[in-house]
Amino acid sequence: MQSHILSIILFTPLVGAFVLLFVPKENKDAIRWTANIFALAGFLISLPLVPMFWAQRFLPGFKFLEGTPNNWIPSIGAGYNLGIDGISFLLIMLTTVLGWISILSSWTAIEIRVKEYYVWFLLLQTGMLGVFMALDFFLFFVFWEAMLVPMYLLIGIWGGPRKLYAAIKFFLYTLLGSVLMLLGILFLYFHHHTVTGFFTFSIPELYKTAPMIPFQTAIWLFVAFFIGFAIKVPMFPFHTWLPDAHVEAPTAGSVILAGVLLKMGTYGFVRFSLPFFPAVVSHPKVQGWVIFLSLVGIIYGALVSLMQKDMKKLVAYSSVSHLGFCTLGIFVLNSAGVTGSVLQQINHGISTGALFLIVGILYERRHTREIAEYGGISNVMPLYATITMIMFLSSMGLPLLNGFVGEFTILQGAFTANWRWAAWAAPGVVLAAAYLLWLYQRVFFGTVTNPKNEKLHDLTPREILTFVPLIIMALWIGLYPKPFFQILEQPVNQIVQTIHNNSNANAPVSAQVAPAPAPPATVAVAAKASN
Amino acid sequence: MLFLNHIWLIPLFPAFGAAMMFFFGRRLQKATVNAVCVGVVVLAFLFACFTVFEYTNFAHGSGRPFEKILYTWLGSDDGHLNFVKRDGTLASFNADAGFLLDPLSSIWLLFVTGVGMLIHIYSTGYMAHEGGYYRFFGYMNLFMFSMLTLILANNYLLLFVGWEGVGLCSYLLIGFYFHRNSASTAANKAFIVNRIGDAGFILGALTLVWYLGSFRFTDVNALARSGQFAIGDPVLTAAALLLFVGACGKSAQIPLYVWLPDAMEGPTPVSALIHAATMVTAGVYMVARSNAVFVLAPTAMKTVAIVGALTAVFAASIGLVQNDIKRVLAYSTVSQLGYMFLALGVGAFAAGVFHVFTHAFFKALLFLGSGSVIHAMSGEQDMRNMGDLRKRIPITFATMFIGMLAIAGIPGLAGFFSKDEILWQAWTSEAFAYHILWFIGFFTALMTAFYMGRLIYLTFYGQPRMSHEVEHHVHESPKSMTVPLVILAICSVGAGYLGVPHSLLGSNRFEKFLDPVFAKEAPVMRAEEPAQLAAGKKEEGHTDPMEYGLMGLSVLAAIVGLGMAYRCYAKAGKDYVEPIAATAPPLYTVLYNKWFVDEGYDYVFTGRRKIGDIRLGVMGAGEASSWFDAKIIDGAVNDVGWVTRAVATLSTWWDKWIIDGVGVNGPAILARMISYPTRLFEWGLVQWYALVMVAGLLGFGLYYVWK
Repeated sequence: MQSHILSIILFTPLVGAFVLLFVPKENKDAIRWTANIFALAGFLISLPLVPMFWAQRFLPGFKFLEGTPNNWIPSIGAGYNLGIDGISFLLIMLTTVLGWISILSSWTAIEIRVKEYYVWFLLLQTGMLGVFMALDFFLFFVFWEAMLVPMYLLIGIWGGPRKLYAAIKFFLYTLLGSVLMLLGILFLYFHHHTVTGFFTFSIPELYKTAPMIPFQTAIWLFVAFFIGFAIKVPMFPFHTWLPDAHVEAPTAGSVILAGVLLKMGTYGFVRFSLPFFPAVVSHPKVQGWVIFLSLVGIIYGALVSLMQKDMKKLVAYSSVSHLGFCTLGIFVLNSAGVTGSVLQQINHGISTGALFLIVGILYERRHTREIAEYGGISNVMPLYATITMIMFLSSMGLPLLNGFVGEFTILQGAFTANWRWAAWAAPGVVLAAAYLLWLYQRVFFGTVTNPKNEKLHDLTPREILTFVPLIIMALWIGLYPKPFFQILEQPVNQIVQTIHNNSNANAPVSAQVAPAPAPPATVAVAAKASN
Repeated sequence: MLFLNHIWLIPLFPAFGAAMMFFFGRRLQKATVNAVCVGVVVLAFLFACFTVFEYTNFAHGSGRPFEKILYTWLGSDDGHLNFVKRDGTLASFNADAGFLLDPLSSIWLLFVTGVGMLIHIYSTGYMAHEGGYYRFFGYMNLFMFSMLTLILANNYLLLFVGWEGVGLCSYLLIGFYFHRNSASTAANKAFIVNRIGDAGFILGALTLVWYLGSFRFTDVNALARSGQFAIGDPVLTAAALLLFVGACGKSAQIPLYVWLPDAMEGPTPVSALIHAATMVTAGVYMVARSNAVFVLAPTAMKTVAIVGALTAVFAASIGLVQNDIKRVLAYSTVSQLGYMFLALGVGAFAAGVFHVFTHAFFKALLFLGSGSVIHAMSGEQDMRNMGDLRKRIPITFATMFIGMLAIAGIPGLAGFFSKDEILWQAWTSEAFAYHILWFIGFFTALMTAFYMGRLIYLTFYGQPRMSHEVEHHVHESPKSMTVPLVILAICSVGAGYLGVPHSLLGSNRFEKFLDPVFAKEAPVMRAEEPAQLAAGKKEEGHTDPMEYGLMGLSVLAAIVGLGMAYRCYAKAGKDYVEPIAATAPPLYTVLYNKWFVDEGYDYVFTGRRKIGDIRLGVMGAGEASSWFDAKIIDGAVNDVGWVTRAVATLSTWWDKWIIDGVGVNGPAILARMISYPTRLFEWGLVQWYALVMVAGLLGFGLYYVWK
């Protein structure tokens, strides 16, 4: 008996987009209400997943399976096959929360082509959810690419002055990565055929054959996937599309871009790069290079962030730094590192999502993001200043808020793998405080010197509402992260186990994983695929 | 065990107050704010007293720690987040929300809540006319919560929660007058400098857990004392040094002390509570807490001692010439913290802690007293504009005078006992080289007496140097402010008698209470390293004549220092001269400008100042990175775009002119060109054919005729 909860979550936004088509273009408020209702519904519908998943959190393999491999286009071996584990579960919840918040935050920000905006946004939501749910590479790639188009349009139509440049840069850069990834997927697909004699895009099936690829070939495949994901993350030096896209995108676009889209790269690393190429990622040279890029990203992103004059650009570069922590955690290849990394991806979604909302609120009132235009804002908008402070603290990793838990777990993982990695990452924490507090001082402290800022009104109830779930999540993860650790336990151990079973490094196999290893990834229905 | 089992409530009382202020503060009356915010701290203090009382019954003098674990905070409880320790075995990554009470935390608990309570009461008077009243008390309560978490944590990670929390509150309170640019800059400086220390602390804690497998103090100390680690163990040395980097940040030691003097931008009660009595001693607490690790790392111990001694003398030298009353006290705090670290570094942990304890009273007293002075002087902080206040604000004067005597080390007051203990321990420590540390400490004591005397005489003696308007307004502070002053003054005298040394016929109950906490109990130490042990030896009632000699010398230093200050400043009129400025102007300039350390840091580390056109430091790196990002990396991306477009343009041209032009249209043109001559013969005009025929015939005819 299959539950259809994943499909329901996946297609609710799509239904919303469809319904919107019938709402008259001129009635902007009706459009907004419809979109918001569907966005909220999308979030509420995902909530039952929490207790359902919680009950099964320690069970091995993917859960809530839907469809079977090869059931969609049998002739090529593509299937409508969904399923989640702890990693995708957390990212899905993040997506549904942020999706709702972003749509809510757009109420007054979007005045032109309102209908199209919400339609594209809801489509984007389905695309993102699909990426995290798909257990079939063909399906995955469809969602992965499908999500590009709405984002491209959101930036290109509702963006700032250089929107076309930014949109095209975003699209082409990401597409370049996708193409390389597609080649990799096809190689895995044909390799699977060579080994087993049948064609399938089923990811659990490919998990079994991919590690058999000889090292010399696997390394090229790894590079193809790596470039695809590294652009998406983005890792240094593939990051320059990000500041442009962020600066030009509308607020909600930035929230989703930082909150969810970037996580697809890190998700790709965890979901594909690690289990497909365990021998390659654990090769000291490969691991060393990727971690080197991550560490450069952490410090370099923070340094560039420090010197920005545009608030949004500052937050964008801080993402480069934070995502450096995430990739560092993934590639230290132990359970603390990977767990911390996934947790930090969620944290980054919460805090950086909130930071973009914060910048957006000022932008909506003043239509500028120049830091120099502001000063003394806490005199006129005290509540806004307080919320900003909380989110800044969360972003810079203050204990009892979410950022610290992720960062520290990553550092712990890095330290036990190689203490030098942790030592190089630590300055990132100092610099984060520097760029955020300096920004805060320049925007909020002092007296109001710019007369245009004297009459700014404080947060409206709708704006407060957008922050409430984020603050609750930040406090929850900060105070009691144990449930999150437990949710991540099974999938992370699984991945770490795979790596060490196939590792060509000389690390002791018994090390790094729990004494009682979890059974290998098998999906019950995957066996049917051989028919 | 009622109180012990609910020890976690102690930090939660002030947390509740802070939460109340956060949600409802704006709407509350001042009286309600007072009731809530002062009330929760009083509750915390009473609760703390009962808890410690219960604890003494629980421990029966054994020093057995009491531990209460609420839940697993970081980690998943079931051994999921395992990691490989340095020796290759597995350990579980776990940090509790757990609380620990032992003699060391008992002492901190009592004086933090006690002094905290007095300062909260004082603040109701001091802040009465300030805006943001509820905000101030909310932050203060939040601070109490963080500080109590720091003290009561049972592991390094939860300690770090408090550690960062107090840093945050310090930031918020330094920047309390946020409309002043200097205040917000000082706040940022405090937070960021502290963060440098925090990075060290985190790495130190990670080193420990990687090596020993646990964050818990009890585990770490037990393992360190188990004898399986040699003295001088390199990993433990690294861990100890890294933790000390953290302590340098929080407790304002060289080279990270620069934030503390600037922190005086905050309201005076804040300076008293956070930047004198409690928060800045967190580094001392943490090092004392980790004493088992430190004694295994003699290199780290030496570093602590040397840094402490240097900080003590360095900060005191700056304090000699500052004119802002709070800045003098700030440098004095840095200097006294140096003493504490000197004590820790020579292994006299109990003496260091004793000085923390006495210092909390007299430094809080001096700060609150200076606050009372500033209050009376309508906000004036410059001592050059004060003078002759002793009769106008007599309670403030009397209590501050006691504070001066205490800090200067006049026998019979608290500072004398604790400071003397440190100096004596430094003298008797290990090698002869440590005698240099004694000399530095002695010299610092002389300077301390001088600058404190200067502060008191400039403020309360001499001729009035303020404007008439200010003079007219001078008034004694309200009861809410003077009563805490009096209580603190009594403590500044009395606290010392808890630790009267054996040489003065005391029984040093303070040290005895702390004895079980410190590593000298570790049997392994006794066997392996007698010299190290000597550093922390018990003074079993011995009386070394040398001790009396040194004691006499330091008392002499105090009297001479105060006497010199009296001579120079007691009759200061409007045109008084600084003795140092008169005798050695260059030295005065250097001291007055704080050895130009801030400027140096700005040139080299922060990059806020340029050297010529070159910017160094972090901002320099930031500028270089931004340039690199825009020109090189993004430049490369745009160049790829440009090359793609250029290739496309070229391809279009090639396609149009070469492929289509030469390749496809070329043969066509050629064919057409060839067709022109050929079709001359066959273009279908009969007359033309006839003409050609005639011409042909004519041609043939002519040919034959010619031939």
